[in-house]
Amino acid sequence: MAEWQEAAVARAAVERLIELAGVSKVYDTGHVAVRALADIDLQLESGEYVAIMGPSGSGKSTLMHILGCLDYPTSGSYYLRGEEVSQYGGKRLAAVRCREVGFVFQQFNLLPRLTAAQNVELPLLYARVPADRREEVVADTLAKVGLSERGHHRPNELSGGEVQRVAIARALANDPAIILADEPTGNLDSKSGDELMQLLDGLYEMGRTLVLVTHDDDVARHAKRVITLRDGRLG
Amino acid sequence: MNFLTLFARAVAAMRYNKTRSFLTTLGIIIGVTTIIAIVALLKGLDRTIDQEFSSLGTKTIYVQKMELQLGLRRHRNFEEISKRADLTVEDAAAIARLATVRAAVPNIHRNLGTLTRGIYEADECTLTGIGEGGDLTGNWVVSEGRFITRYDQQHRNTVCVIGSYVADNLFAPGEDPLNQTLEVDGHRYVVVGMLGEKGASFGHPQDNQIFIPVETYIKYYSLPEGRASVFRGIRIEVLPNEGVPVETAQADVEELLRLRRGLRYYEDNDFGLNTQESMLSSLNTIRSVLWLVMVGVAGISLLVGGIGIMNIMLVSVAERTREIGIRKAVGASEFDIMAQFLSEAVALSSVGGVVGIVLGLAAAAFVSAVTPLQAAAPWWTVVLGVGFSATVGIIFGIYPARKASGLNPIEAIRYE
Repeated sequence: MAEWQEAAVARAAVERLIELAGVSKVYDTGHVAVRALADIDLQLESGEYVAIMGPSGSGKSTLMHILGCLDYPTSGSYYLRGEEVSQYGGKRLAAVRCREVGFVFQQFNLLPRLTAAQNVELPLLYARVPADRREEVVADTLAKVGLSERGHHRPNELSGGEVQRVAIARALANDPAIILADEPTGNLDSKSGDELMQLLDGLYEMGRTLVLVTHDDDVARHAKRVITLRDGRLG
Repeated sequence: MNFLTLFARAVAAMRYNKTRSFLTTLGIIIGVTTIIAIVALLKGLDRTIDQEFSSLGTKTIYVQKMELQLGLRRHRNFEEISKRADLTVEDAAAIARLATVRAAVPNIHRNLGTLTRGIYEADECTLTGIGEGGDLTGNWVVSEGRFITRYDQQHRNTVCVIGSYVADNLFAPGEDPLNQTLEVDGHRYVVVGMLGEKGASFGHPQDNQIFIPVETYIKYYSLPEGRASVFRGIRIEVLPNEGVPVETAQADVEELLRLRRGLRYYEDNDFGLNTQESMLSSLNTIRSVLWLVMVGVAGISLLVGGIGIMNIMLVSVAERTREIGIRKAVGASEFDIMAQFLSEAVALSSVGGVVGIVLGLAAAAFVSAVTPLQAAAPWWTVVLGVGFSATVGIIFGIYPARKASGLNPIEAIRYE
C-alpha cells in the first residue's frame, strides 16, 4: 500500500469522493475536432492531496474545469459523492460549484471593486447564507489564511501573496468538498509561493481534499499523489 | 440575497461609474420630469379654469349668435353665421316672460380705451349696455346704490353702475362716486350704483366695466354688423328660476327662440345656447388632446431613455465579462447573475425616476410661483414616475441581463 493510500485510510475517509469513468472532452471548433481529454478514469478519495501535471495543451485545465463543474464532459460520467453531476442542469451545477467546489486561480481572479472580505463573502451570498452567519464565516476564514486585519482592503491594496490567500479564503468559505488550484503559485515570487504552499499543506493536514494543477515539479512535490496527463490521456 | 441587498449592491455599482451613470439616466430623468411637470400643469390648468368659471354666473345660459366650441371640431362657415338674425332686446324680454326663467338680460359691450374724468384716468375701460337683472346673471354684488332697472331701460336713462376699478381710478380718494356724473363719448351719466370687486377672469379684468341701460346704449351707438355682430352683438344672459334645472330652462329658451325666428322642425338652430357646461366640455376636448400629447412626449423620452440604459448595460456586461465568469465559478447561478444586472438596470432607471420627480415638482413649483397657474402635481404622479422608470429599467434591462447570465464561465474568466 502506497504512502498516500495509508494516509487516506488513516483519516477514515473511505467514501469515494470523485469518480471519473471514461470521461472525454472534444472541442468542436467547426473545422477540426480537438480531443482535449480521452477516456479518463480517475478516482479521488476524500482528504487526498493530488497534483495534476503535464505540459501545456495536455488537457489539465480541461480536466480541472470538469472536476470543478464549470464544464461538461462530451462523453463519460462524473460522480461527485456518488451523484452523477455530469447529468445535472445548469442550475444544479451552479449549486454544486457553490457548495462543493472551491477554485483558486493563477490570475487570482478577485473582483477588484470589492474588498477582501466582500470577495470571501461572495460564495456565501450565492449559497444564501444569512447575513449574520456570513460575517462570522468571513472573519473565521480570513483568520485561517492569516489576513484578519486586511479584510477591508481592496485587492489592489494587497500584495500578490495576500491576494492569493484571499482567493484561498474565498475557496474555503462554503466548506467545499474539494479545492481546485490552477497554478496557484504561477504569478507569485518564490517566497510568497513557498508561504502559499505551506498554507495549502496546512489545509491538507486539516483534512481538506486538494487538487493542484501545475507544471512546476517543486509545487507538485507537496502533493501526495501525482497524476500526469499527456495529450489528454493519463500517463 | 434579498431585494434590498441586491439594490444596495446595484447602487454601489452605479456609483463606481458616476458620470456614465448620470448620462445614462438623463433620458429617464427628462422623461419623468416631463410627465410630472405636464401633469402638474394640466392639473393647475384644471384648477384655474374651475375657479374662473365659478366667478362667472354658474347657472347662467349665454344666448349668442353662435355655439361656442373651443375644441377641435370644425367651425361652421363664419360668413354664414354672421348673416344670422341678431338677437334683440325684445328676444330678451320674451325669454324673461318664460315661467322657468328668473332673468333674461341683454348685454352688449364695447371697449373704451382710456377714460378721463378731470385729472383722473382709468385704462382699458369697457362700456356695457345691460338690462335689469344683469347683476344676477353676471354674479355681481352691488356694494352701494342700485343696479340698472327696467325703468332705466324703458326711459333710456343716462345712468350708470361702475365697477370697483372705475370707482377707484376716476374719483378722488374719499370722494363718493354716487350721484356724481361721468362723461363717456360725450354723453354724461349719473352714477347710481357701484359693484364689489371681482378680480380677473381668464386674465381679463372685470372691474373695469361701466354698465348703462341697454336701450341707452342702442340710442347712442350703432350695433355691430357683419362678422363683428357674431361676438360683439347683443347676447342674452339667462338665469333659470330657483329650483329649475339649467337643462329645463335651456329647452324652453331654445323652443321660444326657434318660434320667434320661424325655424322649421328640420332646420338647425341659428343661435347658440352656451352654458358653463358646454364651454367646459369643449375645454375638455383641449384637455384630452394635451393629455395625449403628454403621453406621447413622455412615452418617447422614456423609450429613448430605456434604449440608453439597455445600451450602457450591454457595454457594462461586455466590460465585466471576467467578473461574471468569476462569479459563476464561485457558485452564482444564471438567476443570480440575471438578478444582479437587472437590478442594476432598475437602479439606474429608478434613480433617474426619482431625480425626474424632484425636477418635475420643482418645475411645477416654479410655474405656480411666477404665473397665476396653480400647478401642483398630485401624489399619484410620484407613484407613476417611480413605476414608469422602474418598468423601463426592467424591460430594457432584461436583454443585457440575459446576455450576462448566458455567458460561458470558462470563456468569461479568460476574457481580458
